[in-house]
Amino acid sequence: MACRLLRNLSKTNAVGVRLYSGEVKKCTLIPGDGIGPEISAAVQKIFECAKVPIEWESVDVTPVRGPDGKFGIPQAAIDSVNRNKIGLKGPLMTPVGKGHRSLNLALRKEFNLYANVRPCKSLEGYKTLYDHVDVVTIRENTEGEYSGIEHEIVDGVVQSIKLITEDASIRVAEFAFQYAKENNRHKVTAVHKANIMRMSDGLFLRCCRDMAKKYPEVKFEEKYLDTVCLNMVQDPLQYDVLVMPNLYGDILSDMCAGLVGGLGLTPSGNIGLNGALFESVHGTAPDIAGKDLANPTALLLSAVMMLRYMGLNSHADKIADACYATIREAKFLTGDLGGKAKCSEFTNEICDKVMKS
Amino acid sequence: MSFLTRNIPRILVQASARNIHTTVNQNATAVNPAERPDTRVSCTLIPGDGVGPELVYSVQEVFKAAGIPVDFESYFFSEVNPTLSAPLEDVAASIAKNRVCLKGILASPDYSHTGELATLNMKLRNNLDLYANVVHVQSLPGIKSRHKDIDCVIIREQTEGEYSALEHESVKGVVECLKIVTARKSQRIAKFAFDYATKNGRKKVTAVHKANIMKLGDGLFLKSCEQMAKLYPRIEFERMIVDNCTMQMVSNPQQFDVMVTPNLYGNIVDNLASGLVGGAGVVAGASYSADCVVFEPGARHTYSEAVGKNVANPTAMLLCSAKMLRHVNLPVYGQMIRNAVDKVLQDGKVRTKDIGGQSSTQEFTYAVIHNLQMPA
Repeated sequence: MACRLLRNLSKTNAVGVRLYSGEVKKCTLIPGDGIGPEISAAVQKIFECAKVPIEWESVDVTPVRGPDGKFGIPQAAIDSVNRNKIGLKGPLMTPVGKGHRSLNLALRKEFNLYANVRPCKSLEGYKTLYDHVDVVTIRENTEGEYSGIEHEIVDGVVQSIKLITEDASIRVAEFAFQYAKENNRHKVTAVHKANIMRMSDGLFLRCCRDMAKKYPEVKFEEKYLDTVCLNMVQDPLQYDVLVMPNLYGDILSDMCAGLVGGLGLTPSGNIGLNGALFESVHGTAPDIAGKDLANPTALLLSAVMMLRYMGLNSHADKIADACYATIREAKFLTGDLGGKAKCSEFTNEICDKVMKS
Repeated sequence: MSFLTRNIPRILVQASARNIHTTVNQNATAVNPAERPDTRVSCTLIPGDGVGPELVYSVQEVFKAAGIPVDFESYFFSEVNPTLSAPLEDVAASIAKNRVCLKGILASPDYSHTGELATLNMKLRNNLDLYANVVHVQSLPGIKSRHKDIDCVIIREQTEGEYSALEHESVKGVVECLKIVTARKSQRIAKFAFDYATKNGRKKVTAVHKANIMKLGDGLFLKSCEQMAKLYPRIEFERMIVDNCTMQMVSNPQQFDVMVTPNLYGNIVDNLASGLVGGAGVVAGASYSADCVVFEPGARHTYSEAVGKNVANPTAMLLCSAKMLRHVNLPVYGQMIRNAVDKVLQDGKVRTKDIGGQSSTQEFTYAVIHNLQMPA
């Protein structure tokens, strides 16, 4: 009973109620591999300058052998996130063929992170072929094509199962509308392929339609996946918040990131029942690791998303503005943005701006 | 292996035949184009839904004006108008007989009156085994777009994968949808892609997959492509995960040459690439079986909101017909249409709405007719 009560509490926490208390919040930090530690340090430094009331709890997620003989995340890390309910994560390397599942996947399962949110916004000062892009992709993260149920029926014939459930679809649809409402977005687009997968995508679509009725103030539209792909590259401004099943979300979120300059600039958040995990989705870039050349923008903006999620909006705005201004002025840009600055110079510039504001 | 032996001689024969004919034709047409050839070609025509009929009419006007010796066998075929639609068997029989078809886009509604899961498109493709969809996406002259110099070919398997129409509700609120991948069909499409690359002097084939997540299904597809790549050592082979592929496509599309994809990813990449060069109205495609070819626009949108408004862009359909003419060994006429369309686009005086103009479908068609010229 108590357990259920607790879960309910955390559930409401995840969706709506913000934490307005002035006390210092603890937050789990998973620095990650490769360039992870550098960019995490940069974020920590900027947070310190901005006097964000957060205490970091750094944990190591290097896989350890569990009691069942399988490699997995250390219990200490799980406990930390479970206690704090919130985490920030750098890029993790998934070793190929080492016999343990992807850590990203494990974290997702462990914390029941059902919705992945990826805002893609054009950054002033970093010119791409697309201007003024401002879309948010919300992706169902627990089932669909990535349910991992596959088998070879006879030799040479494989059957992969895409699983769509009503519960998960309603959950992510509700999150999308709630997100749109809280962030003053005006439209939610459900992306589907229900003309081909009539039952499964049909179910997802029905759940979105039902939820739309409960949020009359948010405009709702439904679009085929192929139409969205076609229109997105011609005129990305016509979309606002997109909600979709797993695979489509995976593809579209990366595509939208491509419109604004790649994964090095786009933040990502995973919202779950047992907590929320914010992360940068780019790779570990082992070639430049330790050379002070990495760009911390994606992780920093993810951390800003985290602050907003925790209700620390003023801090979030301050840091985000400083970050955007630094990129706009283009005096201290890292190599991936066509500049020559080091990660530390970029970070210091943001710190200066934060302290001045 | 049987596939190999059956096809290679045919490709050789076709290629040589085409070369001979082209030269002969050119000589002949220099005198009087209307005199050749002796026989007329018959071709199945499916106008399709949405603006399909308007576009097909445009093609017919151009054919009439150019005096092209093609007879169309027209069938109204539609899933959204089931009562008016010709039976699948008749249409399939006609295509099988003519071995060539020009087709508009069929709308696939979310809901079927009979409760069936398979769409009419799927049924037609499965009936004729139209397994390979080829979309050549190319930057066109005179069309403004963000990206320049795109030239890639997307080859999509379209008879299995996510489009298998196998779905069921295990318990209420839990739906399973099966994606089927077979070694036979994966090898077949991989071979098609490499053959296409060889025949058209392409350098690279990129296999698009998601085998890191769907280890068995997409893994089988990828493995088939890898195996086939070993038999074509002169063609570079590359693998790319589908999400990365879409990201590369919007930031650096020039890197792609030939791409081979399973069903759904092909649908995504087709549309994405079409968007890059000007939209669904300007990209032509074709679906191949071992015996027949169906020419249809590359990005499948019916544009139903524009029906009857005379605003749709017939470029894609005209380019389809040009390809069709080349396929039925009337390359001179094919080139004639292609050149005329290029000329109209390049001049830029007559543009339909989708490419930033105000001209109507009819005006565009007349402009093309006006620019028809026998190639020198």
